[in-house]
Amino acid sequence: MAKTPEPPNGYALDAKGVWAGYNGHAALEGVSFRIEPGCLAGLVGPNGSGKSTLLRVILGLHKPWRGEVHVFGDRSPPQTRLGYMPQSEVVDWSFPVTASDVVLMGRYGRLGLLRRPRQHDRDVAMQALERVRMADRARRRIGELSGGEQRRVLVARALAQEADVLLLDEPFAGLDATSQHDILELFAGLARDGKTLFVATHDLSCVAACFDHAVFLNRKVVAFGRLADVLNEEVLTATFERHLLLLNVEGKIYAGHQ
Amino acid sequence: MPGISDFFESVREPWTLEFMQRGLIAVALVGIVSAVVGSFVILKGMAFIGDALPHASFGGVAAAFALGGNLYLGGAIAAVITALLIGFISRRAGVKYDTAIGIIFVGAFALGILIVSRQSGYQVDLFSFVFGNVLAVGWDDVWLIAVVGGLVLVAIAAFYKELLFIAYDPSMAAASGLPVAALQYGLLALLALTTVIALQTVGIVLVVAMLVTPAATAQVLVRRLPWMMALGALIGVVSAVTGLYIAYYGDVSASAAIVLTATGLFLAAFLLAPQRGLIIGRVPQP
Ligand SMILES: Nc1ncnc2c1ncn2[C@@H]1O[C@H](COP(=O)(O)OP(=O)(O)OP(=O)(O)O)[C@@H](O)[C@H]1O
Ligand SMILES: [Mg+2]
Repeated sequence: MAKTPEPPNGYALDAKGVWAGYNGHAALEGVSFRIEPGCLAGLVGPNGSGKSTLLRVILGLHKPWRGEVHVFGDRSPPQTRLGYMPQSEVVDWSFPVTASDVVLMGRYGRLGLLRRPRQHDRDVAMQALERVRMADRARRRIGELSGGEQRRVLVARALAQEADVLLLDEPFAGLDATSQHDILELFAGLARDGKTLFVATHDLSCVAACFDHAVFLNRKVVAFGRLADVLNEEVLTATFERHLLLLNVEGKIYAGHQ
Repeated sequence: MPGISDFFESVREPWTLEFMQRGLIAVALVGIVSAVVGSFVILKGMAFIGDALPHASFGGVAAAFALGGNLYLGGAIAAVITALLIGFISRRAGVKYDTAIGIIFVGAFALGILIVSRQSGYQVDLFSFVFGNVLAVGWDDVWLIAVVGGLVLVAIAAFYKELLFIAYDPSMAAASGLPVAALQYGLLALLALTTVIALQTVGIVLVVAMLVTPAATAQVLVRRLPWMMALGALIGVVSAVTGLYIAYYGDVSASAAIVLTATGLFLAAFLLAPQRGLIIGRVPQP
């Protein structure tokens, strides 16, 4: 599908026949795809299609039954190359930590055992909060923030990891139109700076609006590659298992039901 | 003004006695260490484990007693083994681990009772582990509590950042490359050591209260973990001092008086906390 030659430093992500699941039930069935460095790539699929599982396999948090994912050609990349934002349902919001404490945790992987965060780490964390426009909420307890603000704090933590590849699980869920737009701008800017972003979402209009690449997933990979090549009704119908229409209104693409 | 000097005299009087001094130092140290470790216990929803460990360690205490060994060492070995077992079971998803824990600790506790029932005569030493006997601690016990408690605090200070991370977001911590399993076992081992040094001062039944209540009181009042630990430690010490006064002048069980003081402080915080309290928290702020 991807006709371009292999990039000089290798693909940012290269999944080779990944099978994974829970208690004998497969959630991923032979998933293979490649993502070039420096692009904003979507991971699109309906609920239960295996998006979170795939991200957890890439991070090494979930052991695949078969297959592997290479990061820049590396089979077990150092953890500092990968940044992560978990789907926020699994985070404990009642915990006594402030927004800036949470973002600072993004630095812990780089610091390693026993070393304490230094001024530089605090600065990086604060800059990350500024980039998601949450600097004024830095000292609030995490549970006292709104759902969208909490989501932005988690994005900031992923930024503070200063990783080459960012794996983000549903960063747009629960964000209002302005915040969503701001975060998308931020992601596009990061991709222009050479970072690779792999963003799990089921929000098609977001992907259609600004993403370069996409992987369409429904336990198997339905299609992957440049958005212009893969975003068509056939692929959408196979991914979401029902007929979806694509509308092109003044250069913007909208997806919807009949 | 005889009234006032009488009052000061009665404030001072208990501490002129050496066993009261020893008891105060011991239980204050236990209060500090328990509140710090207890902060992680309640944040991780591990109160049940905090209850299981002291019971399980009684089996070890009784076995050591029967064999003529060191009671603390016996308790510590049993508690650490139980903690590791619990950690092992809870890391295996899909097992109903609270059931498994229940079976293990009740079994160990029953073994302790069985051994004790075979010993002839009333064993003050052993029963002070069940009900606690603050006023019977010797200087060697105080030293042991200070050394072990100090080690626990040093370990938590050293690994504070990691323990915070795995308590808050274990999958993110693992994704950042932290040795999550080792740290979780380590925290359980620290919890086991804390319950063992708390055993003789407050007793098996009330150890869980020392772990949970001061830390929970502090959680109601502050918004960051370091403050929660510091305030919890202070509440532990205040409960210890107040409880010892009540025990001295009321001639009641010291461990019960200490725990009830801590419970009273929790209720006060719960009702009156400025932000999340039941009464004051409801009043609209101007
Ligand atoms: N911890 C788990 N134990 C057992 N099965 C699981 C677990 N997590 C996910 N699954 C199953 O694996 C499949 C894929 O789940 P996954 O969370 O990866 O989907 P997803 O695409 O992220 O969905 P969503 O859009 O709802 O977040 C689902 O069928 C789900 O039921
Ligand atoms: Mg998901």
